[in-house]
Amino acid sequence: MPILKWVRYGAWSAVAIVSFVSAAILLGWWRVEGPGRAATVGQNAPAIGGPFTLVNQAGKTVTDREFRGKPMAVFFGFTNCPEVCPTTLVQMANLTKQIGPSADQLQVLLITVDPERDTPEQLALYLQSFDPRVVGLTGSREQVDAALKAYKGYAKKVPTDNGYTMDHSASVYLMRADGSFRTMIDYHEEDASALAKIRMVLE
Amino acid sequence: MNRLVMGAVAAALSFAQFPTVASAHDYAVGSLKIGHPWARATPPAAKVGGGYLKIENSGTAPDRLLGGTTEAAARLEIHESTFTDGIARMREKTEGVAVGPGETVELRPNAIHLMLVDLKGQLKQGDTVKASLRFERAGPVEVEFQVQGIGAQPQATPGHATH
Ligand SMILES: [Cu+2]
Repeated sequence: MPILKWVRYGAWSAVAIVSFVSAAILLGWWRVEGPGRAATVGQNAPAIGGPFTLVNQAGKTVTDREFRGKPMAVFFGFTNCPEVCPTTLVQMANLTKQIGPSADQLQVLLITVDPERDTPEQLALYLQSFDPRVVGLTGSREQVDAALKAYKGYAKKVPTDNGYTMDHSASVYLMRADGSFRTMIDYHEEDASALAKIRMVLE
Repeated sequence: MNRLVMGAVAAALSFAQFPTVASAHDYAVGSLKIGHPWARATPPAAKVGGGYLKIENSGTAPDRLLGGTTEAAARLEIHESTFTDGIARMREKTEGVAVGPGETVELRPNAIHLMLVDLKGQLKQGDTVKASLRFERAGPVEVEFQVQGIGAQPQATPGHATH
């Protein structure tokens, strides 16, 4: 009799294990693929990027539509910035050089967060030191703020003893040719991973 | 053989042009040593520039860099750059930079640095810029900043993480 008892126990245990595993699989499916799945980041997160109307370094009014069809690298800065902005511009120039001719596809846009001081003339002079393909954009305070809002960027005027400085977002937004957001390059990001990210939008 | 010589010459030339470690240049005042002051080249129309150096205090008393003056700009201030959550900020450090006895402090990009504010002209790579630094205890010291490339970063210093 004890043998049969053990067999019964064994059988019931097997049933329990199978049920448990099936439940776990079902739960997993429910969460990952089924109706219980969390909305993906892309669906949930507010979209980065969008329409803007700004003035380029030649003094011409341009909108985001004019940059459609080619991927963009967009970042915010100002010419009174001694480190972040020149460093970013130099890095972008170095990276596009490493990528070679296909980098011609990439449109690099510097949007000033300091339109009061960064006139088109100022941007044109400033950008002479970097890759000539970089487009400098300025505009009215409202136009710049609208662009910042579209890109979920940040800028704040901070008074100093002798004037003011600007706090600002220090990342480069990589946008697909259709104007949608792909990924971001952080300030201080290693060249290798920044390069890989640029290649992702160039594909 | 000829090709070999030419290759060697070409290699030597390219090496000579390679902007590696700028020749060390140091200054001293009291028990302080100021190592390799350098500034970043600026684009035309830039109003500000960054200055960097190392301060070594071999004395027994603390000292403090308070700022200074330079021929190249209206003001020479001490600033600190910080990055949090993808946002770059820069603030003047009016209290200066303390250098304790036996301590070495490095002013470098993206950290505490000197700021040349209201530049009188463009800082061009290869230029030297005269400045006078002011220390609380050791007093003033004349230095020359070597202007390096726009993208220049400090040479890695053993024992100092860059970030
Ligand atoms: Cu500064």
